[in-house]
Amino acid sequence: MSDAPAPRTRRGPLAKLADFFDDRTGYRAVVHEALYERVPGGARWRYVWGSTLVFAFVTQMITGLVLWSSYSASAQTAWESVYFIQHEMAGGWLVRGIHHVMAQAMVVLLALHLMQVVIDGAYRAPREVNFWLGLILMKLVLGMALTGYLLPWDQKGYWATRVATNLAGLVPLIGPSLQQLVVGGPDYGHHTLTRFFALHAGFLPGTLIAFLVVHLTLFRKHGLCAKQPITKPDCMFWPDQVLKDVVAMLAVLAVVLGVILLPAVRAMVEGRPIVPGELGAELGAPADPSQPYAAARPEWYFLFLFQFLKVFEGWGADGEFLGAIVVPGVLLGMMFLMPLVGRWKLGHRFNVLFTVAILVGAGLLTAMALREDYAAAWADREAYADVEQLIEETGNDPEKIAATLGNDEARIAEFQAKAHELEEIRRSEAFFAAVKQAEAEAHRAVELAGRPERIPPGGALELIRTDPLSQGPILFAQHCSSCHAHVDPAAPEAAELMAASSAANLSRFGSAAWARGLLDPELVAGPAYFGNTAHAEGDMVSYVTNDMTDRDSWSEEQIEAVAVALAAEAAVVDDEPLDPAIVEQGRALMADEERCGSCHHAGDNETENGYAPDLAGWAGREWLIGIITDPNHERFYPETNDRMPSFGVAEEGGVPALSATQIGLLADWLRGEWYRGE
Amino acid sequence: MDDPAPVPPPADARRSFLAKLMAMVGGGLATLTPVAAGVWMTLDPLRRKSSAASFLPITKVESVPDDGLPRQFPVIADRTDAWTGFEAEPIGAVYLRREQGSDTIEAFSATCPHAGCFIELDKRDRCFRCPCHNSAFTLDGGIVSPSPSPRTMDALECEVRDGRVAVKWENYYSGIAEKVARP
Repeated sequence: MSDAPAPRTRRGPLAKLADFFDDRTGYRAVVHEALYERVPGGARWRYVWGSTLVFAFVTQMITGLVLWSSYSASAQTAWESVYFIQHEMAGGWLVRGIHHVMAQAMVVLLALHLMQVVIDGAYRAPREVNFWLGLILMKLVLGMALTGYLLPWDQKGYWATRVATNLAGLVPLIGPSLQQLVVGGPDYGHHTLTRFFALHAGFLPGTLIAFLVVHLTLFRKHGLCAKQPITKPDCMFWPDQVLKDVVAMLAVLAVVLGVILLPAVRAMVEGRPIVPGELGAELGAPADPSQPYAAARPEWYFLFLFQFLKVFEGWGADGEFLGAIVVPGVLLGMMFLMPLVGRWKLGHRFNVLFTVAILVGAGLLTAMALREDYAAAWADREAYADVEQLIEETGNDPEKIAATLGNDEARIAEFQAKAHELEEIRRSEAFFAAVKQAEAEAHRAVELAGRPERIPPGGALELIRTDPLSQGPILFAQHCSSCHAHVDPAAPEAAELMAASSAANLSRFGSAAWARGLLDPELVAGPAYFGNTAHAEGDMVSYVTNDMTDRDSWSEEQIEAVAVALAAEAAVVDDEPLDPAIVEQGRALMADEERCGSCHHAGDNETENGYAPDLAGWAGREWLIGIITDPNHERFYPETNDRMPSFGVAEEGGVPALSATQIGLLADWLRGEWYRGE
Repeated sequence: MDDPAPVPPPADARRSFLAKLMAMVGGGLATLTPVAAGVWMTLDPLRRKSSAASFLPITKVESVPDDGLPRQFPVIADRTDAWTGFEAEPIGAVYLRREQGSDTIEAFSATCPHAGCFIELDKRDRCFRCPCHNSAFTLDGGIVSPSPSPRTMDALECEVRDGRVAVKWENYYSGIAEKVARP
């Protein structure tokens, strides 16, 4: 060797220490071996991809270990611990953000590394084995990406993983068992998380390290596969190529940090406050198997596989098997055969074309998936108004449509093409709405988790299931909306929704505005109040439209006072300020046995309940719970209940339609009583 | 330190074959024991059975309007997840549908038979749609072609007794043409 150890005279203490260790370990030779590799033709930028991948993996190990130290894998703690990391721990958003974005960078770098290896023909003898190792490493990285997606146990990861594991069930013979093994049982839960976590943080990276060591050793054994022809003088790996590698690593890091911090910069420019918890990786609402998640999509680098499943429309079960198992398997198998194909005269060209075709194909599928989802963003909705109208008018009956279009084949074909586009746009609109809803749910979950009372031991799902704001709309849609509307009367769609309803509009029920409408002769018999019910012909409508319009017995101030007094009984959240003097005046009018009190019990009047609903505590929490539980109770409509079911009353031996908790949630939601963040 | 002077390798003893064999068997056994124990435990989920496949009360008949339009209901049941027991938890969802004037109720699982996403009801177009891979189904669960779904929506056995609807809750394998219940 040219740089044999110098004669051991007059060496300083540090050099002596180094000698001591070198004698016993031989480390100098190892370092030398690692750094003083000959790079034929000099350092080049095209050689940096492998190093950037190693850098990305090391970054993932560092950030991953730190995340591991704060993560808890179970159905009641996974989302909760990730919430804590993301929103409460110092630097948590940054570490998680780097881990999340670097994982995506790694997939891009993998594609670049593969391209470079194939184009340079670096899979040919004697490097075949190393090429195969590289493909295995690629599978391991993709496996870590897939398993990592589930770990936050949010809706997005949960539903994406359901699809992925269902596809695993399609593998011939062992599929169902394989799926059950991966899921950790027949249902998704604790053991899905513990298993995915063990795969993600233990088995896969451990295997990856072992393969990586062999990959790098073989890389050194064969040397760099230089770009031909060599025109420049050779150089050493250290420092020339290392410098280029480091620059590339910094560029990768800059991109990753850029992706994380860009929203912060945007917020700063727009003068909005920067919320660190909203930077970096997203955290959706906690996983809930009983709640649909229409925005379910895999991470962008798996979108091509997602889209590929749609390609096989109409193929039945074969299509899914082909799309999820056969085609990806064949393509990967062909990649493994590249070194053998490469021996053939035109083999190298074939391999390059094949790789480019796969990447372009994946790119196109990804673009198709994105185009479908985002079609509504650039579609000219008005251009489809006539098609939409025709579909609506004919009930989408092909014969009627053909007749309307004069049975002109050209026009029918044009219509069908446009109708198809319209359907895509509608699906895209549904996707947008789903994403928006998912964001709202995620935001609410985080808001609830941040309450001073913290998350209960049952987990964040318990928080959401006892949150009136989250549950109210769901319960209302399931149990109330087949009769009642719940729409702001000023909204553009309000008239249509109220006309279609068969009971009162309960939006802002109990507010002064609602009470004014009830006492308004123009409105009380309309669809927002009693118009679509049996009470349209009843005494209340008649009293409001006849007696209360007689200005000798009811002045406008008196009517207003009653409305305000009703609102004071209800005391819903966020109502307009009520003047106590007017409330007092209204209460007296309500209790007056010559006026409201002639039918209604109110205040301390002597009128008994039974004829008309009780106005004492009207629309208050207890009153609402009472009427939802049993509208036939003497406080409400014992004789004149139109069609409202007794939701809280169980028939003999049965269960009520709604539990007491659910009725409480509905009442609170109608009254606007829910936790509001700061 | 200088390398010691090269020592000639010991002569191959006659019993070396036996020693090699024993070393391999012993080493193999030593390694295989934890591997076998690990595999045993890893396979545990295979013997777990879903607690499902029983009739579960869903709602009252009146809660399913007889307008032919399906309504979505949560399926509530006690559930265990490994070591955690949940009392009366939503474990999934079904669509119930009743034709005009009819007392019989049809029940469909909300899980898409294609890849397991959550099927939604499109009230405007009066059909079911899966938001994932664009499968669409008619209101009675039939396939709207072209569809990636290999089969119609999974109908569930439904019983109406004393005005209450109960559904036999089962999960089915997705992505195959036959409707096969999970164990």
